[in-house]
Amino acid sequence: MAEEVLAPLAGKVLSIAVSVGDTVEEDDEVLVLEAMKMETVVYAPSDGEVTAVAVKVGDQVEEDDALATIDG
Amino acid sequence: MAFIEQLGVLSVTLGMVAMWAIALTLLYLAIAKQHEPLLLLPIGFGILLANLPLTGLMTPEEGLLWRFYRYGVEWEVIPPLVFLGLGAHTDFGPLLSQPRLIFLGAAAQGGVYLTFFAAQAFGFSLEEAATIGIIGGADGPTTIFLAAQLAPHLLGACAVAAYSYMALVPIIQPPIMRLLTTEQERAIRMKKARKVTAREKLLFPIAATLVIILLVPASAPLIGMFMLGNLFRESKVVERLAETAQDALMNIVTIFLGVSVGATMSAENFLRTDVILIFVLGLVAFTVSTASGLILAKLMNLVSSDKINPLVGAAGVSAVPMAARVVHKMGAEADKKNYLLMFAMGPNLAGVIGTVIAAGIFLSMLG
Repeated sequence: MAEEVLAPLAGKVLSIAVSVGDTVEEDDEVLVLEAMKMETVVYAPSDGEVTAVAVKVGDQVEEDDALATIDG
Repeated sequence: MAFIEQLGVLSVTLGMVAMWAIALTLLYLAIAKQHEPLLLLPIGFGILLANLPLTGLMTPEEGLLWRFYRYGVEWEVIPPLVFLGLGAHTDFGPLLSQPRLIFLGAAAQGGVYLTFFAAQAFGFSLEEAATIGIIGGADGPTTIFLAAQLAPHLLGACAVAAYSYMALVPIIQPPIMRLLTTEQERAIRMKKARKVTAREKLLFPIAATLVIILLVPASAPLIGMFMLGNLFRESKVVERLAETAQDALMNIVTIFLGVSVGATMSAENFLRTDVILIFVLGLVAFTVSTASGLILAKLMNLVSSDKINPLVGAAGVSAVPMAARVVHKMGAEADKKNYLLMFAMGPNLAGVIGTVIAAGIFLSMLG
């Protein structure tokens, strides 16, 4: 079942640790957001394969924006 | 002969040399450690300038730094302009999405009032005690604003104490937070906050101005400018003004504020035993404020099913956004998927308003 990785807070995408086709486990790092000059790591919500990455480095995202999709 | 008498080097006193050491320490902290560099750098240099002999920089009616201080700080111009910039910079969304967290910002003023009484017990006058107590709010411009009105001779010491404790938030707060919360409490994930509409954000500065100033008129210079800056931002029709207030104007007033504060710290004003006491009492104020925010959050959890992570109570001190960042980090230490930053911003912003109101109450009573 596909599950979206949602932005826990608004911020700028600082780095992305996964690409489409990667296999991730729950709690693996997906990407890093910067909000209020502080880095916040976003983790995978479940095990599975990354089927989409919806953002690129430098993008500004809002809370609850879909960042990536994981198919488990 | 006259030339030799005019040589500054012959008029240097031991007190001046001691102040140079303090100035250089602040410059070191600002430049090498990057602790609050925007303020500690001009403050440090201001101290250095004010403690050089025969310059006349602080001579009343004549000196350059005296004029900066007199017309900028004593005339209550600069601190309200800093608040104008802060208002233009501030998104009140986190506060409006969780109105109950405002109480945490109010509770965190506990240290301010407690220290007001404690300082009196140590022999400070009412006016001095109020100025020392406000350090607990960890808000630089408010401290300077109140000190200039009530106890100008303590302005330098209190301002440096407030800015130092703001810079030290990541060191001072975590032990208190660990002491007063359990691992499980720190891991509490808070329920998603509701979305705040653009209209709510637009109406907030107008409503807040009416309510707060009608209740505490003496807070008007700071609250008025704070909310005007915010209205610049939220109205979306004067972006030029909002940008100027938060960038160019803020930078200009920061220069004059820092240098003026530094210039008040002459050796005779600063090298006194009660300055050490001010730093100690300021630290007590800050510690108690952190603790009272945490404790109220725990009390609120006793009656509410919608649990608050008590850490966000510590953000009720108004060091924005450092205190909120510390809360976020501590929450993530307990549970790496716990994102508390935006929840902590609510009490953090309420804390700024709370400290200004506390200053307004002191001014109404004592000014």
